[in-house]
Amino acid sequence: MDFDFSEEQRLLKESVDRFIGDRYDFEQRKTFAKSDSGYAHENWKQFAELGLLAIPFAEEHGGFGGGPTETMIVMEAFGRGLVLEPYFSTVVLGGGLLRHAGSDAHKSEFIPKIASGDLRLAFAHGERQSRYDLADVEARAKKSGSGYLLEGEKSLVLNGDSADTLIVSARMSGDERDRSGIGLFLVDGNAKGVSRRGYPTQDGLRAAEISLSGVEVPVDRVLSEDGLPIIERVVDEAIAALAAEAVGAMAEMHALTVDYLKTRKQFGVAIGAFQALQHRAVDMFVALEQARSMAMFATMMSAEDDAEARSRATSAAKVQIGRSAKIVGQGAIQLHGGVGMTMELKVGHYFKRATMIDVLFGDADYHLARLAEAGSLAA
Amino acid sequence: MDLRFTDQELAFRDEVRTFFKENLPPAIREKLKEGRHTSKDELVEWTRILNKKGWAVSHWPREYGGTGWTPVQQYIFLDELQQAPAPSPLPFGVSMVGPVIYTFGSDAQKKQFLPRIANLDDWWCQGFSEPGAGSDLASLKTTAKRDGDHYVINGQKTWTTLAQHADWIFLLARTDPSAKKQEGISFILVNMKTPGITVRPIVTIDGGAEVNEVFFDDVRVPVENRVGEENKGWDYAKFLLGNERVGIARVGVSKERLRRIRELAAATTDHGRPLIELPRFREKLAAVEVELKALEMTQLRVVAAEAKRAKGKPDPASSILKIKGSEIQQATTELLMEVVGPYALPYRQEHEDEEGWNEPPIGPDWASTIAPTYFNTRKVSIYGGSNEIQKNIIAKAILGL
Ligand SMILES: Cc1cc2nc3c(=O)[nH]c(=O)nc-3n(C[C@H](O)[C@H](O)[C@H](O)COP(=O)(O)OP(=O)(O)OC[C@H]3O[C@@H](n4cnc5c(N)ncnc54)[C@H](O)[C@@H]3O)c2cc1C
Repeated sequence: MDFDFSEEQRLLKESVDRFIGDRYDFEQRKTFAKSDSGYAHENWKQFAELGLLAIPFAEEHGGFGGGPTETMIVMEAFGRGLVLEPYFSTVVLGGGLLRHAGSDAHKSEFIPKIASGDLRLAFAHGERQSRYDLADVEARAKKSGSGYLLEGEKSLVLNGDSADTLIVSARMSGDERDRSGIGLFLVDGNAKGVSRRGYPTQDGLRAAEISLSGVEVPVDRVLSEDGLPIIERVVDEAIAALAAEAVGAMAEMHALTVDYLKTRKQFGVAIGAFQALQHRAVDMFVALEQARSMAMFATMMSAEDDAEARSRATSAAKVQIGRSAKIVGQGAIQLHGGVGMTMELKVGHYFKRATMIDVLFGDADYHLARLAEAGSLAA
Repeated sequence: MDLRFTDQELAFRDEVRTFFKENLPPAIREKLKEGRHTSKDELVEWTRILNKKGWAVSHWPREYGGTGWTPVQQYIFLDELQQAPAPSPLPFGVSMVGPVIYTFGSDAQKKQFLPRIANLDDWWCQGFSEPGAGSDLASLKTTAKRDGDHYVINGQKTWTTLAQHADWIFLLARTDPSAKKQEGISFILVNMKTPGITVRPIVTIDGGAEVNEVFFDDVRVPVENRVGEENKGWDYAKFLLGNERVGIARVGVSKERLRRIRELAAATTDHGRPLIELPRFREKLAAVEVELKALEMTQLRVVAAEAKRAKGKPDPASSILKIKGSEIQQATTELLMEVVGPYALPYRQEHEDEEGWNEPPIGPDWASTIAPTYFNTRKVSIYGGSNEIQKNIIAKAILGL
């Protein structure tokens, strides 16, 4: 057992940390957020130059050959920076689907473009009725000539408004919540029949409602005809990545709070002198470290081939992350007093991001129920 | 001991309930149900409906427009108001400065201000907190320096709720800089149109614009706008803060919220099943209901005791109401977050509320206020004396620690 990073991983961490330190302070982030796409294209280019966009892909396709640990390193730093760029949508979700479902031809075509920063992806999967059920897909793919026609409505598509290519799930057969018969399709974001309505999300990121009406997909753009196991696998990886991001956000919230306790004076002393506040800060610290441990656990388990074991580990991590985010986030606001309630301090922005991470791919409550049904986590 | 309401009290409850049913404008009720903020005009409209009925300042003494109701009746009124749900009259006037004025103010002040508070002709805001003086309010730095028959006010207030609408602000300022902390503070009424006042909005994490900074730069205020004696302002402020705590449990608001959670959880499905049918969800809801029932009974005990104690002496047990009341309000917003699930995510933009906008909402039409409500409700354990400060009060005043 070894919790230390390899030399290469340390270098990666150094470079992404440096990027966040140099390029991503609170003021700079505000200007990035103001652009139409909701993030900065120069940053995306920088990601390409630093090799971040190539991390999880095989070297034979122009990737860096990294694994979940490398993704964890990047996502944690992005959590600290509250990064706006669509890394999660493009590399973790979209890239994950390509890695696990794509043919060699797909990989050779798309991965180099992702790595060079010329292709941004979004995963158009959720629907109005689906909530957290990954099998709940009503959108349809009808055979038409040698290809397919897509019909349906996709909802809450992260970064769906600015993505160049969408990976769309649609039913080739079966009923709404059947496990089989879900296809995955590569669709140009500007294809005929695709209409997108983008909007900001509570955490300052972006999402879109996407309507598909008679969208033609040639057969070589079919990524999978039995997509659910792949979707589940990629979502497990995605949850591990989000867990790392949440840990980054929580670590910053905690650091900011401890700092505030040392500097804010009331009743003639730094408020950190009050034991009630010390203990709360300690509770937050414990929650943070528990979350960090589970983010590591989820990262390790996301490479596990046994789907059931992987899914249980993922659910456990999501529960811990959600609960810790509440303890750390609510505590951070409370200990800041009035200023914690404002958009003027970074702490509130972290709180909002950590809260939104909880409702992505199933909240703590949902995963706790899933875990309880699956049996024991103990192994 | 008989914990039931008497027949007269029940009849009173029906009367109040019927009045709200018949007179609360439906648009205002809808807004509150959906967790949206009412506008200034809507609050003025509603306050005037109440005032016409003689209920806008129900808890004031009769001679100033109050009703003479018993504490239990006051409780029933407030509970029904919150459950309607109807907006509470602006607290800065009716619960804060009004009672200070009729208790400590001059006859001229009573005549000038009290009727206008009851009718919301004057919008008041509370200028207590400063950047350096929050929990430690007595360390405030704003000064009021005597210059003939005027005070000249300099300094800064912050977190001033709804100051953007205000006609008047009541503030604490230092009139004797050489005196010890709590001494040398005066309670002064300032017209917001006086030259030298600047209001700057502070955006809160829910995206709302309810608080402000207020700057005073050589603001000249007639000496007759001081309430009571010079340098005795701290006593009046303590009196005011004691009143503030009583209404803060907001039991009726939480009752209404829990009802709404039930409705929404019945309309939301999880794997094809209404959320309200899931035992794990129902248990959480029931647990909050238990806490709320206990709080309601505690509140009634405090109310009953209040009838018997000396006027104007706050009951330290009211700190229990503040702590539990705020925790329960926060718990209800967490339940709402669970119900709305992924549709907590979209951020509703201002232009979506404009006339002529006809795109459908993203997700259920009730979803967009949920996350902002969760974020915004973090404030209830911070303001009105933070929960940590309330615990300090209980430890000292009740437990003798
Ligand atoms: C939305 C909102 C609206 C408000 N509206 C108004 C208004 O209209 N008018 C007005 O005058 N004020 C208003 N306030 C201000 C409010 O009263 C203060 O925020 C509150 O008194 C806390 O002060 P602070 O924000 O400076 O926090 P601080 O006092 O700096 O407290 C920071 C943290 O330290 C804790 N703490 C402080 N002292 C102690 C202690 N002795 N022991 C243990 N813990 C301690 C606090 O509980 C808190 O967790 C509002 C605040 C908010 C958030």
